[in-house]
Amino acid sequence: MELAPIFAWIYDLLISLGLSVALADLVSQIGLAVFVFSLLCVLALFLVWWERKISAHIQQRFGPMMTGWHGVFQTVMDALKLLQKEDITPTVADRGVFFWAPVIVFTCAFAAYIVIPFGKGLIVSDLNIGILYIIAITTFTIIGLMMAGWGSNNKYALLGGMRSAAQVVSYEVPLVLSIMGVVMVTGSMSMNDIVAAQSGWAGFRWNIIFQPLGFVIYIIAATAEANRTPFDLPEAEQELVAGFNIEYSGMKFAMFFLAEFVNMFTVSAIATTVFLGGWNGPLLPSWMWFLGKTLAMVFVLMWFRWTFPRLRVDQLMEFAWKVLLPLAFVNIIYVGVLALWLK
Amino acid sequence: MPADYSVVLVFLIAGIAIVSFVFLLSRLIAPHNPYKVKNETYECGEPTIGPSWIQFNNHFYIFGLIFVVFDVEAIFLFPWAVAYKSLGYFAFVEMMIFIFILLAGLVYAWKKGALKWV
Repeated sequence: MELAPIFAWIYDLLISLGLSVALADLVSQIGLAVFVFSLLCVLALFLVWWERKISAHIQQRFGPMMTGWHGVFQTVMDALKLLQKEDITPTVADRGVFFWAPVIVFTCAFAAYIVIPFGKGLIVSDLNIGILYIIAITTFTIIGLMMAGWGSNNKYALLGGMRSAAQVVSYEVPLVLSIMGVVMVTGSMSMNDIVAAQSGWAGFRWNIIFQPLGFVIYIIAATAEANRTPFDLPEAEQELVAGFNIEYSGMKFAMFFLAEFVNMFTVSAIATTVFLGGWNGPLLPSWMWFLGKTLAMVFVLMWFRWTFPRLRVDQLMEFAWKVLLPLAFVNIIYVGVLALWLK
Repeated sequence: MPADYSVVLVFLIAGIAIVSFVFLLSRLIAPHNPYKVKNETYECGEPTIGPSWIQFNNHFYIFGLIFVVFDVEAIFLFPWAVAYKSLGYFAFVEMMIFIFILLAGLVYAWKKGALKWV
């Protein structure tokens, strides 16, 4: 069942209740924001549980088993527990910066969902700069991480914040350039146009078919952008304890944790939309295809975590600039030649 | 189309409002009992020595500088990429020259050792 008509019906209902168009727009936008937030909370709770189960099964353990079927309510309980935990601000911390860091990290991760097409017609707003907007807003997260690192006034946190800044700016460049190939063949930055350009031909118009190199570069850079293992230097437990979020507790810590999983879902959703044909697919409703492909991508990211050991800082930085960046340029030249040849 | 982009503002404000609400909720539920030892900086149980707000390894600054160069370049490339199919061979050759100059810059930075992490 397609979900877009339900949202259209609710909007019509608002209009028929006598609201002016501007007010109905505002109400529906606020409603969508709350809806997306609830959706992300449920997704994050599910993903944390899923990650724990996957890591457990890869290591031949069971993982959480006690609360609900195979421990499915474990993360709900964890969230409730975190809600009751005391919120500690260190005496030496910069209180303002310390407070705003989790707010900025979460808000930027959240605002990315405006342009993600969850299914046919299921997009909050199809901005014409879609993919550029999403890259820009997710990179803002780094300001929050830097603030957390600096504001904590803790040496581990500072190292973690600095590392994440260096890492995210380094992997930002190959990430943007790998998406450039798709923008070249689509001729538009709107997410809906990118999905529409990949429809038909039984999946043979997916961008991954013609740009496998771009997809590989994107996945590696996205793993680094989301601070996932093997690129999780900013929060390397064994050396930095927890990195930038070391001084955070209670709900502020929960916001960082939530943002991390939201970011992981975001990069997987972009991979789905840009390279894997978005919500295109036969038989099943479009949103199920989107969710299925995105969760498959999330699974790949979790799989990475238990397959590759963590890199050293110098390996990490040099890999971005000396391997991924030249490869990304090769990909752009290849796509340029391909697009001209196909024309 | 300002109406299109107003949703970004709504989402940013809604995001901040929701997070503040969650903080408020935890403030109401959670205990609040700070004292001196609890509020100390965490360093695995050791007392901290010296300040954390220090001048930092300036190598981060060099990477930041290279990043700005390449990110601005990416911004230049985006309009070209959108119009690529309608522009044809001329745009391709022109952009190859642009990319070649940038790659020369990358090779220069590489040879100078700016990409080496110390």
